[in-house]
Amino acid sequence: MNQLIEAVELLLTPETWTGATGMGARLLQHLQYTGLAVALAALIALPIGLAVGHSGVGRGPAVMITGVVRALPTLGLITLVALFAGLGLTAPMVALVILAVPSILAGAYSGVGSVDAPVVDAASAQGMSTWQVLWKVEVPLGLPIIIGGLRLAVLQVVATATLAAYVGSGGLGAPLFLGLRTYDYPLLLAASLVVIVLAITLEVVFALVQRVLRRALRGTS
Amino acid sequence: MSHISAEIRRTRPVGVPTAGLRPARLRGAGRGLGLGAAALLLLTACGTDDPMGGGEGGDADEDGGTLVVGSQQYYSNTIIAEAYAQVLEDQGYEVEREFEIGQREVYVPEMEDGSIDVFPEYTGNFLEYLDSESEASDSEEVASDLEDAMPEGLTALEPAEATDQDSYTVTAEFAEEHDLTEIGDLADVDEDLSVAANSEFQTRPYGPDGVEEVYGVELTLNAVEDSGGPLTVNALTDGEVQVADIYTADPAIEENDLVVLEDPEDLILPQQVVPIVSDAVDDDARAALDELSAALDQEALLEMNTQSVDDQSDPSEVASDWLESEGLVD
Repeated sequence: MNQLIEAVELLLTPETWTGATGMGARLLQHLQYTGLAVALAALIALPIGLAVGHSGVGRGPAVMITGVVRALPTLGLITLVALFAGLGLTAPMVALVILAVPSILAGAYSGVGSVDAPVVDAASAQGMSTWQVLWKVEVPLGLPIIIGGLRLAVLQVVATATLAAYVGSGGLGAPLFLGLRTYDYPLLLAASLVVIVLAITLEVVFALVQRVLRRALRGTS
Repeated sequence: MSHISAEIRRTRPVGVPTAGLRPARLRGAGRGLGLGAAALLLLTACGTDDPMGGGEGGDADEDGGTLVVGSQQYYSNTIIAEAYAQVLEDQGYEVEREFEIGQREVYVPEMEDGSIDVFPEYTGNFLEYLDSESEASDSEEVASDLEDAMPEGLTALEPAEATDQDSYTVTAEFAEEHDLTEIGDLADVDEDLSVAANSEFQTRPYGPDGVEEVYGVELTLNAVEDSGGPLTVNALTDGEVQVADIYTADPAIEENDLVVLEDPEDLILPQQVVPIVSDAVDDDARAALDELSAALDQEALLEMNTQSVDDQSDPSEVASDWLESEGLVD
């Protein structure tokens, strides 16, 4: 318990947060990595997920692939990629994108797939084109679930981005590893607490976004 | 159409982020905590794997003849532990193996309460664990400080010659190009130097600050957290860094034709292999372990590590091969 108190004290010390290797800089890096990884993963997974959800084609393989990819150990993946790509951001970014893709993909095809078939039929019957059905009916109605996929991906990535430090890319994993290796448990705990608070904050933000969306949907339908 | 829709819904739960399906007030917070904690656990596990490993054997020393030998979660350490175990067995002791225990925080208390009797350690690191204030730097100082810092009921036997310690290591080409044999020779290299090592290297007395103070060498750390493993070696051989911290018992040094720079000023903390024993280990057993340590030189340790890494041989096989070749077992 003392170490937890020391960790909190460490976090309340302004010097902890300043400097190029301070917690503030690490937090910023961590957020950047999380944002970049989720954005890249969304670029890959959203189009595929929407296409699969809309057409129903390839749903089986998509479900299978998301399951398989989820089982990949991220640390192993980082090591493997880093052996080819060298140190730096490439390896953790590849691993984090791979980590984020399944959730976003599943959210996208489930979101689109969750729209009631009669609604989709009605939209088509009114003469909407495929694109109009997708963008005006399926995506808006499935948005809470699509956002849910993103929300899950962000949570996974924000927790796992600590591994970027494994190949020297910093982030909140850097103080975490340092604390672990030097028996500096207050530092380790302090870094963990920052990761936890960050994860909870992002989670709350996404929960609010989802709720607002759901309210808006109920309002229009 | 509707039955298709139903089917789609039935498949939906596979991999669906259910967080999106229901309003989430407190659930969100709980999930965040859970994932944060999971991240912490995951990271702890990365460093050490299974820190709680080897929980049994608590009453093993009560029946007199049985000695419990432990090892760290590090293949080389397990080979040494296996050698200890076989030598003791050869002396007629009943031996129980509690191998692959991750953290000192776990196994040192187990040794103190008598659950583990013999453990291969490394002088410098063990001293640092027991007494982080110690200023010892050469092997004699480390040995004497270690003796003073030993917990009640535990003894460090005579250390072996073999070390498994941090090093300033360069490629053979780089050494030849700049005529390097000692760490201090790096001061004359006319380019920016970076060193690949674990992040804690920055805080070590023999890290960048120490090497600048003692040898006048300026180095920046390029942190890689695999403890001198493949990523570190790769960064060195690919020229991403000019220097790397690779442990001196690592077969990768020979395989990649690397040069460990000499350290005449004893900057680097010595890490000689040393058996730590409990009071349950009697004089005969200690004598047998001393005899083993006397034979365990750097070459022997490297050879065993190489055999283990290259041939993926079992630690017990590697250890018994060496013990037989040294005549340490019948």
